[in-house]
Amino acid sequence: MKLAFAILILCSAFLQTNPDAGKILEKVDYNMTSDTQIVESDMVIHGRRNSRTVTSKGYSKGNDQSFTEYLAPDREKGTKMLRMDDRLWIYSPATDRTIQLSGHMLKQSVMGSDLSFEDMMDDRKLIEMYDAKVIGEEEVEGRSAWILDLVAKVDDATYERQKLWIDQERFVPLKEEMYAKSGQLLKRVTLSNVERIGDRWFPKKMNYKDVLKDGEGTDFIVKSIQINPEIPDYIFSKASLKK
Amino acid sequence: MIKFLLKGILGDKTRSVLPVVIITIGVALTILLSGYMRGVMGDMIDQNARFETGHVKVMSRAYAENKDQLPNDLALLGVEELNESLAKQFPEMQWVNRIKFGGLIDVPDDQGGSKGQGPAAGMALALFSNESGEDERMNISSSIVKGSMPSHSGETLVGHDFAEKLHIQIGDEVTYMGTTMNGSMAFENFVVSGTVKFGTTALDRGAIIVDITDARRMLDMEDGAGEVLGYFKSGAYDDVRAIAMSETFNDQYADDSDEFVPEMFPLRAQNNLSSFLDYVDSFSTLFVVIFVFAMSIVLWNTGLLGGLRRYQEFGIRLALGEEKGHIYRTLIYEAILIGAIGSVFGTIVGLGGVYYLQVVGIDITGMLDDSTMMMPSVLRASFTSDLLYIGFIPGLVAMVLGNALSGIGIYRRETATLFKELEV
Repeated sequence: MKLAFAILILCSAFLQTNPDAGKILEKVDYNMTSDTQIVESDMVIHGRRNSRTVTSKGYSKGNDQSFTEYLAPDREKGTKMLRMDDRLWIYSPATDRTIQLSGHMLKQSVMGSDLSFEDMMDDRKLIEMYDAKVIGEEEVEGRSAWILDLVAKVDDATYERQKLWIDQERFVPLKEEMYAKSGQLLKRVTLSNVERIGDRWFPKKMNYKDVLKDGEGTDFIVKSIQINPEIPDYIFSKASLKK
Repeated sequence: MIKFLLKGILGDKTRSVLPVVIITIGVALTILLSGYMRGVMGDMIDQNARFETGHVKVMSRAYAENKDQLPNDLALLGVEELNESLAKQFPEMQWVNRIKFGGLIDVPDDQGGSKGQGPAAGMALALFSNESGEDERMNISSSIVKGSMPSHSGETLVGHDFAEKLHIQIGDEVTYMGTTMNGSMAFENFVVSGTVKFGTTALDRGAIIVDITDARRMLDMEDGAGEVLGYFKSGAYDDVRAIAMSETFNDQYADDSDEFVPEMFPLRAQNNLSSFLDYVDSFSTLFVVIFVFAMSIVLWNTGLLGGLRRYQEFGIRLALGEEKGHIYRTLIYEAILIGAIGSVFGTIVGLGGVYYLQVVGIDITGMLDDSTMMMPSVLRASFTSDLLYIGFIPGLVAMVLGNALSGIGIYRRETATLFKELEV
């Protein structure tokens, strides 16, 4: 009995010091993704001259369908985006036109922010896209975190490599670094304001920083989030863009 | 003495006509080639000035640091006041505002979808203003292949190749998608009023030209401009004046650390044109040196022949008691006079040629498919004030040098041999 207990303690200690990166990623994916989501958010874009806030409401289903409507300010109001698989359409009320973006245009910045259209489109689970291993531990904003090194195992990953700092208690990313194939650091994301949403933890504030640009980056602030709500199919259709 | 020498030169045409002819030809060629090189090279500089650099360009400091990215978020604001201030401070310049922008052009099909797309290389100019001179400067009207210049807000010119590829007709609508100065998404429908050939593939495939008022509204750049370009009203680039102007303007903001204050750049400080301008200047010097060298040799030979012919004359003059040095000096004075006469004739002929090439030019339309905005179809020379005197350098120096060398023979002349020659 004592021997069994000792073995259990040892195994637990071993796992603690050498956690399974795959299992960590699965828990992170559970927190960060769901079958459906409705998110109301503010995107605060810090420019060199001023900052502006863009309010939007987004619907997503799985990892290949999403619909976003921009609610404020007036310049953006009524602009809508629809993503289905790897295709993206944008509707502009000013011109009453729906334009499909593809190719290199997806690498362009969304509304002058530090996020690209590709960043916003990629909702796939990390475990599906990357091979991971734990390379260390670090403290981030007073929280103990594992450092995970992720290498893409699919050809169409937006970033060839990522480095994640995962909260050891909540399994939520606290910091992310995205790298190109050349090893060049492209983006840095800082996640904070982690809150309990049902049985999940979710960071309600994310700062995206394009390392290749000057400035303070873009804050993505989640005002409200619904996990696994019922979303009608017509939302994810081109017809809904003009409604 | 000069009158006496002049009488001698005019009286004995055998000693003056040939050197004058040689000098005239050499000087005329020097001036013609210098003027032509200035004109051709000047055209390349002019092309840069028309499209890119202006003779001077004013941008915000932040915009200038990143100008290749067309960072309209860093553009100049309060441009109306800036224009007035520039016009007052530098009245010899014409000032124009431009906005360059990137993005996407989307062409709708009959069902409201997209028939095609292309990257947009946008240029916003003061098309509706006659005073701006942008149409002539950019050679737009003469480069239109189909249709006409935009005459109303909401109209645009597009690259001809792009229009052909997507079967865009005059009157069709295209949609521009880009980013405003504040980072918002910009969407605007334009009616295609015409297609234009730019002369470079990249622009022909995706360029759009709109009036600056449309661009300002579309990109949230009211009272803004990416660039304020200045052009000398004379039309010719004055490097010295442009540099001085830039220094005077920039001194006003030297103590201001704000990244959005305006900063002026002369043409030579942009697009690596500094070395090109120095190269053009050195060409004239090269021509002068070549012609001095070549003509000196020819005139030295002419002087030697002349010296042989005047052998007896020098001998008699020595016998009459004239000093060798005095004879030598009169030879040099004669050379100066002949050189000056030849230089005057050569300058007149050369300038006449430069004037013809400047005004009429060489029409190379037959060698080009069409006139484009980038490449005018007529090559021209360029008259600059230094052409008035540049010919005198080879004209005088060569003649004097040639005669100086040939006149050395005077010092070997002996009176004793004179009497023998005269059989006295």
